[in-house]
Amino acid sequence: MGHVEILDAKTKDKLCFLDKVEPNATIGEIKSMFHKSHPQWYPARQSIRLDPKGKSLKDEDVLQYLPVGTTATFYFRDLGAQISWVTVFLTEYAGPLLIYLMFYFRVPFIYASKYDFTTSKHWVVHLACMCHSFHYVKRLLETLFVHRFSHGTMPLRNIFKNCTYYWGFAAWMAYYINHPLYTPPIYGEQQIRLALIVFLFCQIGNFSIHIALRNLRPPGSKTRKIPYPTKNPFTWIFLLVSCPNYTYELGSWLGFTLMTQCLPVAAFTLVGFIQMTVWAKGKHRSYLKEFRDYPTLRSPILPFIL
Amino acid sequence: MTNPRRQLCWRSVFVTFAVCTGTMASGEEDRTVEEKETNNKKRTKGAIATAWLTFYNIAMTAGWLVLAVVMVRYYLQKGTHKGLYKNIARTLKFSQTFALLEVGHCAIGIVRTSVIVTGVQVCSRIFMVWFITNSIRQIQNEESVILFVVVWTITEITRYSFYTFNLLNHLPYFIKWARYNMFIVMYPLGVIGELLTIHAALPYVRRSGMYSLRLPNKYNVSFDYYYFLIIVMLSYIPLFPQLYFHMLRQRRRVLHGEIVVEKDE
Repeated sequence: MGHVEILDAKTKDKLCFLDKVEPNATIGEIKSMFHKSHPQWYPARQSIRLDPKGKSLKDEDVLQYLPVGTTATFYFRDLGAQISWVTVFLTEYAGPLLIYLMFYFRVPFIYASKYDFTTSKHWVVHLACMCHSFHYVKRLLETLFVHRFSHGTMPLRNIFKNCTYYWGFAAWMAYYINHPLYTPPIYGEQQIRLALIVFLFCQIGNFSIHIALRNLRPPGSKTRKIPYPTKNPFTWIFLLVSCPNYTYELGSWLGFTLMTQCLPVAAFTLVGFIQMTVWAKGKHRSYLKEFRDYPTLRSPILPFIL
Repeated sequence: MTNPRRQLCWRSVFVTFAVCTGTMASGEEDRTVEEKETNNKKRTKGAIATAWLTFYNIAMTAGWLVLAVVMVRYYLQKGTHKGLYKNIARTLKFSQTFALLEVGHCAIGIVRTSVIVTGVQVCSRIFMVWFITNSIRQIQNEESVILFVVVWTITEITRYSFYTFNLLNHLPYFIKWARYNMFIVMYPLGVIGELLTIHAALPYVRRSGMYSLRLPNKYNVSFDYYYFLIIVMLSYIPLFPQLYFHMLRQRRRVLHGEIVVEKDE
């Protein structure tokens, strides 16, 4: 039986003393106990660490395996208001879906009033609407049924930042694609057909990767394993790339850019590519750090290039 | 991707060999020589950086001084500010554009300031010079232009001479005083000058449709410089207080620190 004292990481004030804590108690359980004495700090916004400037301990860490004496001293930092990843994803994806449709149906006050509730005369505009909507419906369904999140929550301010990004770009793109003065692609049907093939190929690819990553992790667990190619040919790209979900995502948006020939779409693709490259490089680095036998042929996001 | 473990292996092989052959001593010497070489390289890099920065800051101080002299002479001779802009246009454009190098200084680390902060500051200046006063000829004789150019000149001469003297380790107190006090008045005046200038430019921008792209076009995008300028003016509202209070805080830190030292004496 041990004791646990929790100090504020900045002021070193004693915030909480828990006596008679089981040695096999997890950090998660200790967080729940701390929450009882300080109800404003729910477990998701607690960062518990051994050292005031050290890394956060994981919820699964067990007390007796930590380098502490009979009375364990932990330091607490408030992570600020938290919001669940699922909530953020659903909000940031539902926005573009609905916003694009508002422009597609030419809801009043967007374009000149003579165009209210009219439809575009270009069939590529209808195709683009279907592709864009399909993409975000797919993302919403994946959030609900496919993804297994490592973290439960993220800081609250992220939802404002993320929604501004997704919703803003969706409105900017949709405005021009559904505009009465929209110019269809220069190379006409050939360009649109190629773009559609690329788009669909990458959508299937992206979905295959999400399924493969989901199957790596048993339900409710947070284990991390090296992903490998499966029987699905769309996953064979794992041989060359650490984060093929981002590779396929880039491909989808390149397809959509080609299909709509719209500069704002190209800008969105570029910004997304930069962000995904940053994420892919981080993930690649943590794979290399965690697994000694990580395949050396793989690049973070673009085979052999990046 | 180099494997750090592989590198370690070679090192241990070398050390083992050195120990076995009794050459451990010279092995160790080699290592300290290596360290000395790296330190020397760092020192020369530091010296080159300091030399370049000193030259740069002297050059910029000179550039803005020239601008000040030209402006004063013109006003003394002509008694009016009309036609002044044409005289100073080239020097102004040259001096302000050269400041882009400062972003580079931050990026390679020889100046310890954020790249983004410097980038934003330099870009806003470049924007005023090239995309407002240079391209919209009708507003070049406005009083507001003279206002912000005078403010910029005073501010830049103070700033660059401050950096120069700092690098030479001989900072006269009045330069330090000027740098951390004049902005209190200069900064708001400069903002007023800039905003009035942009505002004066608006009707000419609207009429000429400059820098704007209309639909339909094959890129399926449009850009209206007129509304863009209005957004730029509105952005001063959140940005100006942030920068102003940041500078006030810096001032308090620098001058407050000084008071503490005097007490110890």
